[in-house]
This record gives sequence, C-alpha cells and structure tokens, in this order.
Amino acid sequence: MLTYFLRRALYTVPIALGVSIVCFALIHLAPGDPLSAVMPEGASQEVVAELRAAYGFDKSLPVQYLTWLRRVLTGDFGYSIMTRRPVLGEVAPAVVNSLILAAAAILIGFLTGLMLGLIAGYNNGTMLDRVVTSVAVTGVSVPHYWLGMVLIVIFAVNLGALPAMGMGTSGSADFAMDWESLRHLILPAISLSVIPAGIIARSVRGTVAEVRKQDFMQTLYAKGLPPRRIFVHVIKNAAPTVLAIMGLQLAQLLGGSILVETVFSWPGTGLLLNTAIFTRDLPILQGTILVLAMFFVFTNLIVDLIQSAFDPRIKRS
Amino acid sequence: MPNLALDDLRAPPTGLRPRSRSFWQTVGRRLARDPVTLTCAAVLLLILLAAIFAPLIAPHDPYRTSMARRLLAVGDHRHWLGTDELGRDLLSRLIYGGRMSLFMGFMPVVLATIIGGTLGVIAGYAGGALNMAIMRLFDIFYAFPSVLLAVAISGVLGAGLVNSLVSLTLVFIPPVARVAESVTTQIRNQDYVEAARATGAASWRIVTGHVLSNVTGPILIYASSLISVSIVIASGLSFLGLGVVPPEPEWGLMLNTLRQAIYIAPLNAILPGVMIFITSMCSNLISDGLRGAMDVKV
Repeated sequence: MLTYFLRRALYTVPIALGVSIVCFALIHLAPGDPLSAVMPEGASQEVVAELRAAYGFDKSLPVQYLTWLRRVLTGDFGYSIMTRRPVLGEVAPAVVNSLILAAAAILIGFLTGLMLGLIAGYNNGTMLDRVVTSVAVTGVSVPHYWLGMVLIVIFAVNLGALPAMGMGTSGSADFAMDWESLRHLILPAISLSVIPAGIIARSVRGTVAEVRKQDFMQTLYAKGLPPRRIFVHVIKNAAPTVLAIMGLQLAQLLGGSILVETVFSWPGTGLLLNTAIFTRDLPILQGTILVLAMFFVFTNLIVDLIQSAFDPRIKRS
Repeated sequence: MPNLALDDLRAPPTGLRPRSRSFWQTVGRRLARDPVTLTCAAVLLLILLAAIFAPLIAPHDPYRTSMARRLLAVGDHRHWLGTDELGRDLLSRLIYGGRMSLFMGFMPVVLATIIGGTLGVIAGYAGGALNMAIMRLFDIFYAFPSVLLAVAISGVLGAGLVNSLVSLTLVFIPPVARVAESVTTQIRNQDYVEAARATGAASWRIVTGHVLSNVTGPILIYASSLISVSIVIASGLSFLGLGVVPPEPEWGLMLNTLRQAIYIAPLNAILPGVMIFITSMCSNLISDGLRGAMDVKV
C-alpha cells in the first residue's frame, strides 16, 4: 500500500515540473515583447535594456526558468505588470472565490448526477432510464455560459428573484456566510454544475448497470439479501470508476469556471485571467494558470490514492 | 442464462445461414432504425447547408448596421428574429454564424484526430521507450483542465481564428492520443497480430493491415464525442473575446456582444446560445448513436 502511495506521489514530481515548464513557456510564446505593456512609448535602447535586466529577460532561457522556478517554490510569483503588486497576493483571493463557487457547483452537480445515474442504472432499459439519459445528455451538451445568461433572464430580469452580478452586497469581493452571499451564489453555481452533473449521471448509470449484470448479483439476490444490502454492494463496486470521474470533474470545474465567472462577474480566477489577458499582464496570467494547473495535478493524485484504497486491484497494475 | 441456450437452438445450421452482412452494412442498418440519431443528423445537416448557402438564404446582409433598428424584438415583420445591438438582422447573422461556429467545432477535432491518432498509434505499437516519451509528454498537457489550457494559449497568442484553432487542437491532441495508444496496445497483444508477426510480415504491413483497421473505429467514435465539446469551448473563446474578431458573425461572439442588452432584449440575447446548444446536443447524440451502432466501448 505504502509503496504504491509513494510511487504514485513520486510520479507527480515530473508532471508538476512539466506543468511549470509549460507555464513558464507561455510568456515566451506570446508575440512581441513581454514587457510591451509597461514599456514607455518610444523608449530608448538603454531603458529597454534596463527594464529587461530588471525583469531578468536578458538571461538565457534555461537560466531564466531555473531562477523563476526557485522563486516560485518559495512562493514568490513575481509582480503584476499592471498593479505592481505581488502576483500571489492577487491570485490567492481569486482562487478562494473560485473554490467557493466550485464547491457549491460540485455539491449540486455531484448530488444530482449521482441521483439521476442511480435511478437510470437501476431502471436500465425502461422509459425512466431514457428520460434520465436525455436529461444527462442535455446537461453535457449545454454551453454553461449560455445557461448562465438564460438563468439571469429568468430569475433576475423576469422574476427579479435573484441577483445576476457579483458575489455579495455592493459588489464586495469577500464571501460572507450570510443569506445575501448565498443568494449571489445560486445562479452561477447551478450554471457551473450542469456539465459535471450530466457527465457523472452518465458514468454512474453505465457503471451501475454494468455491476448489476454481474453474476455475483444473482447470488446476492438468491441468498435473499434485502435490497438495501444489495445496494451497498452495487455502490462499493461502482465507487472506483465513479470516484475517478468525479475527481476529474472537480478539477475541470475549477478551470472551466472562467466562462461562468465572466457571465456573473464573480471575482474569481476567471475574472482575474480575463483582465490579465486583456491588459497583457503576463505574470498574473502565468501565476493564475500555474496555481490552477497545480491544483489539478494534486487533485488527480488524491483521487488516484483514494481510488486505490477502494480498489486494491489498481495497485497491482 | 436460459435465453442463450434457446438462441443457440434457433440459430440456423451452418450452410443455411443467411447472407452475412459486412460490418458497415450492420452499422448502417442499426443507424437506419435509430430515429434520434437520424433526426439529429438531419438537423445538423440543415444547419450546415444553411451555413454553406448563407448568401442565398439569409434575408438580409449580416453586416449592415442600422441605428434606427437596434434591438428590434423577436417577431418583427421585417426582421423575424429581431436585430442585434447594432441593428443587424439576427436571423441572417445566425445563418452566417454557422459557418465560423461549425468550422471551429469540427476543424480542431479533425486536426487533433490526425495528429493525436498518429502519435497514439505509433506510441502504442512501438511500446517501450518511445511510448514512454510520447505518452509522458502528453501527461503534462493532460494536467491542464481543457478550458483553462484553451484560454491560456489563446490568451497568450491573442484573439483570432488561427490562434483559437491552434489552441483548441492542442487541447484535443492528448486525449485522442491517449485513446489511440490504449486501443493500439490492446490490438498489438492480440493473437492475430502475433500470428502475422510470426509469418514474417513487416511492421508497416501489420500496422496498415491489422492495427489501423481495428483502431480507427474506436478513435473516430471518441473523436466524434469531442465535437460537441469543441463547439462549446470554441464559442466560449469567442464569448471571452479570444476567438473570432468582430464584426464577423459567430455564435459565441454574438452572445458576448448581445450580453450587454440582456435587460432590454433578453430573447435576442440568448438566441445565439440556442444555436450553440442545438449543434452541440445533436453532435453528442449522433456520437452516442454511432457508438451504439458500432458497438464500441472507449
């Protein structure tokens, strides 16, 4: 068990390094000078050289990467070109806000997905199964940013029941656990939850139907086990596959919230990225993507470890 | 299972067996009996044809603005689906918009299938160090959530059609390669490939003769499931202002500009999204139908 844990954890190191290289390369992929946003109009050669040296752009790429990596590892993500404030100071609160939204969406999406998937899987081939499956396909296909707009039209424009913008009263960027903040959370969380709900419903349905076809199910029924106990067996056998899908969705959600955050002006990583892109604030862009990607890498690690705890067969392969 | 035994008894004795159908004939027959897939294919074809013949069908010039006719409501006698924030005819823009939106939905998947599929088959067939090198490289790109990767690359490269195409293709290469690799590895270990190798067939012959014919189906099925994702993300990029550049009609971009008018003309504002939704839904259902008809599990 421990060997598998260690091996899997060690495997994360090269992936994390690779991710950091991609994030580092992003800045150099950008057309034009990365300093163009701060460079004064018609700057002289000396000013340009001075600025390049100040930001470390005059060194060779490997040297730049190693310097950057060393700084990042100590929590120094550089400074925003626009606000001149530390990148981490801008990214951290945004990540927290995105996590709040993601957590709410996951709660809604996972519960709905699980419930729909179980209903369909238990009634495989019936009319109910077909209805649930079409609901799930709709969830997977819907452009979530558009769904957000539709929800705004219904609940904010027509009914005036829920707020359409921001995170709390008077556009504050701090989430308080009060009714007002929760009201702001409802619409974006629902928009963000439909895709994971659809994907999870489909995978739970498939897995549950598959498990219920296995020979041991006949045995369980034959020996007179009550349905409640049989249900536990179904869950235990379906769990590894479903957990894997859920873990992937959790991380996809955090990355995918960019669009929904834009629709609802939610002050999370999406909004930060959007601003960074249009002001060409590359350090912020790089920092946000690095943090989100690392989050993704570690979620995958944790999911794999949890999965192997459920299903000992995985460790052997 | 008692049914199985019965079926065995009912099977006609050898020699009297009805004319056997080819794989594709079977798939065709199954699809012909699947009303959902057929309807979706018809809808998608209709949108595609409308986009291709847009100049003949569109009632108005999609670029002509009119300050006097801004945000006319849906159901206007001259502009059936109303107008947008610059007074351009929405119906015409939706018809023309299909060109860019469909192109951006399909093209990245086609490119990624060719590139990712090739690399995946090579990795799967070669095995060993080459497999390690290719697949570990893709693991790194796999470590990014898809929307984030697309936004990051597009954000850095800047808005524009080609840049979105590049970023979306890069997003889809790793998953296609992963499927291609795993299917190829499975086929490679089959007895008939072993037999072909034993008779002295060259690698090239085995790959083209045995491997490709068996992996193409699953790869294509998987790729078809990516089309709806591609349509939604591509329009999403335009929605963020990272894709197609104004005044080009494109559903995502239209959704973006009309968003400002959501309180004044809510119905007009959500119309472009309906098109994205229908296209993405039809692609998904067709992909599901094909998967069922070809009996492929990916």
